[in-house]
Amino acid sequence: MSAPVVQASGLSRVYEVGGGLFGKPQEIRALSEVSFAIPRGKTLAVVGESGCGKSTLARVVTMIEPPSAGSFAIDGTEVTPDRWDGLRDAVQIVFQDPYGSLNPRQRISAILGEPLKINRKGMSRADREAKVREVMGLVGLRPEFYDRYPHMFSGGQRQRIAVARALMLEPKVLVLDEPVSALDLSVQSQILNLLLELQDRLGLTYLFISHDLSVVRHVCDEIMVMYLGRAVETGTKDQVFDSPRHPYTLALLSATPVADPARRKERIKLTGELPSPLNIPSGCAFAARCWKARDRCRAERPELEGDGHKAACFFPEGG
Amino acid sequence: MSVAAARQSPLGEFWYYFRENRGAVIGLYIFAVFVFVALFAPLLAPYDPTQQFRQSTLLPPAWAVGGDWAFPLGTDPLGRDMLSRLIHGARYSFFVGIVVVVVAASGGILIGLIAGFAPKWLDTLIMRLMDVILAFPSLLLALVLVAILGPSLTNAMIAIALVLQPHYVRLTRASVMSERTRDYVVSSRVAGAKLPRLMFITVLPNCLAPIIVQAALSFSTAILDAAALGFLGMGAQPPTPEWGTMLAEAREFILRAWWVVTFPGVAILVTVLAINLMGDGLRDALDPKLKRS
Amino acid sequence: MALLSIRNLSVDFATAAGSFRAVDAMDVTVDPGEILAIVGESGSGKSVAMLALMGLLPWTATVTADEMSFDGQDLRAISPRTRRRIVGKDIAMIFQEPMSSLNPCFTVGFQIKEGLKKHLGLDARARQARALELMEMVGIPDPARRLNAYPHQMSGGMSQRVMIAMAIACRPRLLIADEPTTALDVTIQAQILDLLTDLQAETGMALILITHDMGVVAETARRVSVQYAGQKVEEQQVGPLFARPHHPYTSALLAALPERATTRILPTIPGVVPGQFDRPRGCLFAPRCAFADETCRTTPPPVQPPEIGRARCHYPLMQEGRG
Repeated sequence: MSAPVVQASGLSRVYEVGGGLFGKPQEIRALSEVSFAIPRGKTLAVVGESGCGKSTLARVVTMIEPPSAGSFAIDGTEVTPDRWDGLRDAVQIVFQDPYGSLNPRQRISAILGEPLKINRKGMSRADREAKVREVMGLVGLRPEFYDRYPHMFSGGQRQRIAVARALMLEPKVLVLDEPVSALDLSVQSQILNLLLELQDRLGLTYLFISHDLSVVRHVCDEIMVMYLGRAVETGTKDQVFDSPRHPYTLALLSATPVADPARRKERIKLTGELPSPLNIPSGCAFAARCWKARDRCRAERPELEGDGHKAACFFPEGG
Repeated sequence: MSVAAARQSPLGEFWYYFRENRGAVIGLYIFAVFVFVALFAPLLAPYDPTQQFRQSTLLPPAWAVGGDWAFPLGTDPLGRDMLSRLIHGARYSFFVGIVVVVVAASGGILIGLIAGFAPKWLDTLIMRLMDVILAFPSLLLALVLVAILGPSLTNAMIAIALVLQPHYVRLTRASVMSERTRDYVVSSRVAGAKLPRLMFITVLPNCLAPIIVQAALSFSTAILDAAALGFLGMGAQPPTPEWGTMLAEAREFILRAWWVVTFPGVAILVTVLAINLMGDGLRDALDPKLKRS
Repeated sequence: MALLSIRNLSVDFATAAGSFRAVDAMDVTVDPGEILAIVGESGSGKSVAMLALMGLLPWTATVTADEMSFDGQDLRAISPRTRRRIVGKDIAMIFQEPMSSLNPCFTVGFQIKEGLKKHLGLDARARQARALELMEMVGIPDPARRLNAYPHQMSGGMSQRVMIAMAIACRPRLLIADEPTTALDVTIQAQILDLLTDLQAETGMALILITHDMGVVAETARRVSVQYAGQKVEEQQVGPLFARPHHPYTSALLAALPERATTRILPTIPGVVPGQFDRPRGCLFAPRCAFADETCRTTPPPVQPPEIGRARCHYPLMQEGRG
């Protein structure tokens, strides 16, 4: 296996909210000490519920925001804000909502041409058009769509356009932020297939963010489960799905509805809800909802430990 | 696969919703007539607006007793043809409206965009400044400005534009604030777009709908304010056939010759009303919240 | 006798470009104490049909039906006033977005008690007692304190619980849940679904669950009706539906589920749901159907008998599906 394309260590991101003119702003730790590595051509899925920091992670990796602490490198190049401009063509993003992610006042040609216009200054107009048309073909958009506006398209086609835009600069890494969550089931499979085909053909590396475990199971190679800004379990797909170690992963798996009426399973019922990110408990963040929590869990924070298949829990499942 | 290829163009859709509002369509027609009159005033007007017919001063309108069909709407105290003056007055009003809206909107949009994208301190500074301007009664502020600059139509326009500008700033800033966190703006940033590109190419076109409505409405405000300043002697100076100035000149004849005050007043009323109706229709047609799906 | 019976319901919307048929000849029957799931993608008319039943559609909609009766009462004939008395008391509805379904200006308690006052005419003390009881029923911890909370002080899951409490406040006979968990996280979704099925079992009310999530259907419903482009294309008990779908659309939809995938590339349904301007002449699914022939493209399909899942198809699938 080649060297990882994305290598992140100890990524954190803290937001300051409120405070006003004189008040002291409060800190929200949206992302805490997240480390991961994605090998070339592989998919790392980041799974978790709202507020777990997965979208913040996406914003940090796509260089929309700098991390508050920690570092990450793309293809061996350390990423710092002053190098952002040069690294734009390495990482691109596809958003969840295909209705909000395309500029309603721009034609498809302008939307797809924009990354080239900005980053390939020397490119002639004709070359640009050729490139746009080539990528449109790659994602299965018909040539006559070139001059149309986004509102003329359905959700699935818009998502294809969004994927095409992300591919314009021939990135090595695509961050997919819930790319199929807003789509209908019949269209969802089209987009998933497209993403998988593109990965095979172009050797893309995916950071796939999702809350839908059945989708994740289908596309990913490795998984990172997050809870309140921290990774609580990481491992390969089979490790995590077949023998989850962190109780939260277990609960998440059991809560995911399975489209098989014959399988009546006992759900693990989690009581309570996510603590506010404004005051994360001092111990294990999951302790308040965990059925196995003991005094130690509430006092001390467990570190992410293990060999390959890691979990941040004092009393992991399966020993 | 081309589901919606048959869907209407945005313009067609706009017209469909605009057409629903009767008042707006009537307003649009009146406005069109107003624009036509303003553009072709020299061809339409029977006389030069400053030409004085000394032997027929204060002639009543043609249909009234003592009227003369040579002067359909009568003449003013100096024997000038009212109709010609009103037609030429449309020109000034139109000119005032256009210039004020262009100046106020372009300045306001620019400042609003900057405020929307600026760091918090600059944003606060700009907005507080705008609040200060808004805190003055607008006509009073315009009066003060004209008093400083000296009374003339140009200075009146500058003053009105300055007074109207904060509305555009606020409106633009509000739209920018709601648009700039949208995903398409973020993806432009991921594509490497810098601030000017984000401001003018990505975000601005999506903020235009409320600004267009505001432009239509402030067009009428501008005409009204210019007339008011003219009436107070701070706008266009005689013998300019500006409607407000005409009113002011005719003030003393109000009891003897009703037509010299009524016709300019009606002209202002009809124009402003038509533009406001049209603006309402624009808002209905451009505001997605009122749309049926 | 059926609790709710709707026959041949159609809803047309007047739009800028002419009339648009959102619901087309839809039949719904719900027996007392039953859980019916209505599954469909966006634009399948599943929500619109229920809003039509509740009388909540905007004025641009034209609703026609051969029959629309609740508990033997013809909903088409009665006055809007009588209808309002039924809607909200005997038929209640909860929506997808719990956060925006609650009025942010009033406390949760006030909003729960409002319905109790309107429909049941309880006095203040009885309302307080019933509100507390309801809050307990939907599993809200510390109900007395939460009654005085404002909606923005609560999370999405809590708000949805409050919505459910409001919906069941007047002991409705029918609860319509329109995508009740779509906006919620997975673990919260599980809680809410359990709550809904438990309440249904306890109170014996009927439940119509509108959803697009096949997993939710499989785990919650007993009978399933599949909607496509405004039409009901199939209706079966949940077990047989997942095992032996008769309509090609149902079958394709199930095959497209990632969790049922056997290969890396998923089976897909080509194309998109027909819109206002490209409604096919024959079967609405024909342009995307793998089995369609000339008949399908020109002639609207018949509705097959109940044994074949009431499939709206010329050639319903008869082979054993994957179990």
